[in-house]
Amino acid sequence: MDFRLPAQAEAFRAEVQEFLAEHLTAEMIAATRDGTIHSPGLHRAIADRGWLSGAVPAELGGGGMDPVELCVLLEELQLHQAPADALGVAVVTVSMILEHGNDFLRAEAVPRLLSGEALGCFGYSEPESGSDVAAARTRAVRDGDGWIINGSKMWTTLAHVADYVLLLTRTDPDVPKHRGLTFFVVPLDTPGIEIRPVATMGTERSNATFYDDVRLGDEWRLGEVNGGWDVMKTALKYERGIAGGQFPSPPVIEAAIDWARTARRADRPRPIDDDTVRHRLVQAMIDVEVCRSFAYHTAALASQGEMFGVEGSMTKLFASESYKKHCAWFLDMMGAEGLLTHDDPGAHMDGLIEEHFRHAPVTAIYGGTSEINRNLVAEGWLGLPRSRS
Amino acid sequence: MRTRYSEDQQAVSEAFGELFARESTAEAVRAAEAGCGFDRGLWDKLALAGAPGMAAPATDGGGGASLVDLAVVVHEWGRRIASVPLVEHAVVARLLCTGAGRSAPDGLREAVVSGELVATLALRPAAAGGTARLVPAGAVADVVAGLRDGDLVLGRGEPPGQARPNTADLPLADRDLSDAVILATGGSARGAFDAALTEWKALMSVAYAGLATEVLAMGVAYVKQRHQFGVPVGSFQAVQHGLADAATRAEGARLLAFRAACAVDAANAGADRLASMALLFSAESARFASDRVLQYHGGYGYSAEYDVQLYYRRAAAWLLQLGEPASEIARLSDAEFGPKVGAA
Ligand SMILES: Cc1cc2nc3c(=O)[nH]c(=O)nc-3n(C[C@H](O)[C@H](O)[C@H](O)COP(=O)(O)OP(=O)(O)OC[C@H]3O[C@@H](n4cnc5c(N)ncnc54)[C@H](O)[C@@H]3O)c2cc1C
Repeated sequence: MDFRLPAQAEAFRAEVQEFLAEHLTAEMIAATRDGTIHSPGLHRAIADRGWLSGAVPAELGGGGMDPVELCVLLEELQLHQAPADALGVAVVTVSMILEHGNDFLRAEAVPRLLSGEALGCFGYSEPESGSDVAAARTRAVRDGDGWIINGSKMWTTLAHVADYVLLLTRTDPDVPKHRGLTFFVVPLDTPGIEIRPVATMGTERSNATFYDDVRLGDEWRLGEVNGGWDVMKTALKYERGIAGGQFPSPPVIEAAIDWARTARRADRPRPIDDDTVRHRLVQAMIDVEVCRSFAYHTAALASQGEMFGVEGSMTKLFASESYKKHCAWFLDMMGAEGLLTHDDPGAHMDGLIEEHFRHAPVTAIYGGTSEINRNLVAEGWLGLPRSRS
Repeated sequence: MRTRYSEDQQAVSEAFGELFARESTAEAVRAAEAGCGFDRGLWDKLALAGAPGMAAPATDGGGGASLVDLAVVVHEWGRRIASVPLVEHAVVARLLCTGAGRSAPDGLREAVVSGELVATLALRPAAAGGTARLVPAGAVADVVAGLRDGDLVLGRGEPPGQARPNTADLPLADRDLSDAVILATGGSARGAFDAALTEWKALMSVAYAGLATEVLAMGVAYVKQRHQFGVPVGSFQAVQHGLADAATRAEGARLLAFRAACAVDAANAGADRLASMALLFSAESARFASDRVLQYHGGYGYSAEYDVQLYYRRAAAWLLQLGEPASEIARLSDAEFGPKVGAA
């Protein structure tokens, strides 16, 4: 057992830090306030550096970056608050096309996605189905050699800046739900697609997407007809490798320490000299070390070629739930001052803590809710009976 | 980087896992509780297996193992909440083989490394007058290392053989260190003691992870076989989610604890911080796990007959031997933020 990162990974960390110092600007971070957690400039720079193709598994023909180094990359991106949501989406999309796609899709979409020129997005969730993703109702019906698609998707994040949507559709409504699904890679400029913004409590913008008699050639199909669930399973597998999200709290903790040291309160000690504040800061730092241990563990497993599963659920569950708790603690710590948003010139550090407080809840919802992850831990780790159909 | 046991560690884990499962049954733990909290028979078997001095240098008759290797054994010790002061003893054995500790009186080091004498660490400095209060294994240890007026001292004496009655029936007792010999003074005393304490924290955090693992296994087995409303109670999602949260924290605790032990082995600058954090988190996780498992046993969990109560009491007590958790957090925050400036 040896939890120390190899020297090579530490050297890589320095390289990533140098890269971010050069390419990540305060403007890029601030620009995400329009709701799009994506920066075209940064995305292209990451792709140019070879880290996007690097993150695609070697057995699929990707760069096969060592999972420990990939973990370090994701850690640094998150510690620096880099708007890089599109990176994971691109890596998963490419991986799925390389595993299931035909020659046409490989030639058409993969090079553009890998260069960072084109973006993908996920069209799994619908107005009526989220956790029960296999209950998707968006219909794809045969039309001669091609298909006609009708339906709607909810939470198609990044669709307004993306070129392709990975669309989960129902091709056979008369068989058990998992057996009547088919995936398509759909160009978002295909006639019949409408994208409407969905605003959120956080700064993040998502989309509802609508598909009205969208005509598509069969070459856009990904995987077998009615084999969509198998494709979905590989999506979840690849997502695990590039999930990230294990380090949401450090920027909030740093901001909280800054506030605790500098705030002046009449007739009272500085917050940093207040026991409750000190204890909560330390507790949050401990949680971060737990997250780091989980992250390095799953990376090490992947690096040894071990396919982990439930460990990913545990990591996400712990990271998002503790992040929510930290945000609430530090918002409370600041009192009324903490409520000021970045639009107020007096907001502490541009309202960073306040913004994270509004963002935090979604991390326990998207990419599998905390309840779904608890189910997976109960079944997959503890071996308890399945509690749902 | 390797976050699973090596083959050797796996073999050690299995061998000691079997030994503890065989020798430290719930009956054995109860029998020790009825006495002074010490299982002499188990201690002798561990000594035979080389466990007490396992992580002492081979040149001193020890096993030459790393702290992480020792932690693999301690994890199994924690799983079976075995009634022997393995962690305190192992830490003192290492202390006596390094720098300041080497000045121990003739023959003592060998006797501790072999396990012939039982040693312990007074986790808190002796009070004025030289008495160390509520020393872990103080009731049974032949040798007590600790701090007295800033000096690192080693006391040798007849153990009282009787514990002060306590929540977890641990062999806690006061020990008089006024006659104890001085091993080191000043900065080197503090340094040696702190190093031992850091090792204790890292090892106890691993022990706590073991405790949490075992109590969860117990809980899972119970909720699978206990039926209410015609179904196993383990099929209720409220029960599943409580156990899933506990399992998640327990696994996080296990990873952080072993990571801390690795950092101690590598003499990383942040090892002390990590060990302290690991201890606080594992203790909390073990408490949470034993609380959930007791709850999901219903009334039987509260009965003396079931084993979960043995774990529940130790989950609280092990950490408190060191003092209030709040002081440990305060120590961490002093290191992070500087000492507190006096309140207004
Ligand atoms: C900002 C944002 C961005 C998103 N981006 C995308 C995206 O890009 N692409 C995409 O496809 N989706 C995306 N999602 C959707 C996301 O994956 C879903 O919101 C999530 O899977 C939960 O589904 P739901 O919202 O329909 O909630 P529901 O599934 O309706 O759940 C409601 C509540 O019931 C609980 N619940 C459901 N089933 C169970 C069960 N079996 N046991 C216990 N509790 C249960 C849930 O945990 C939740 O608390 C995004 C969501 C948000 C908010």
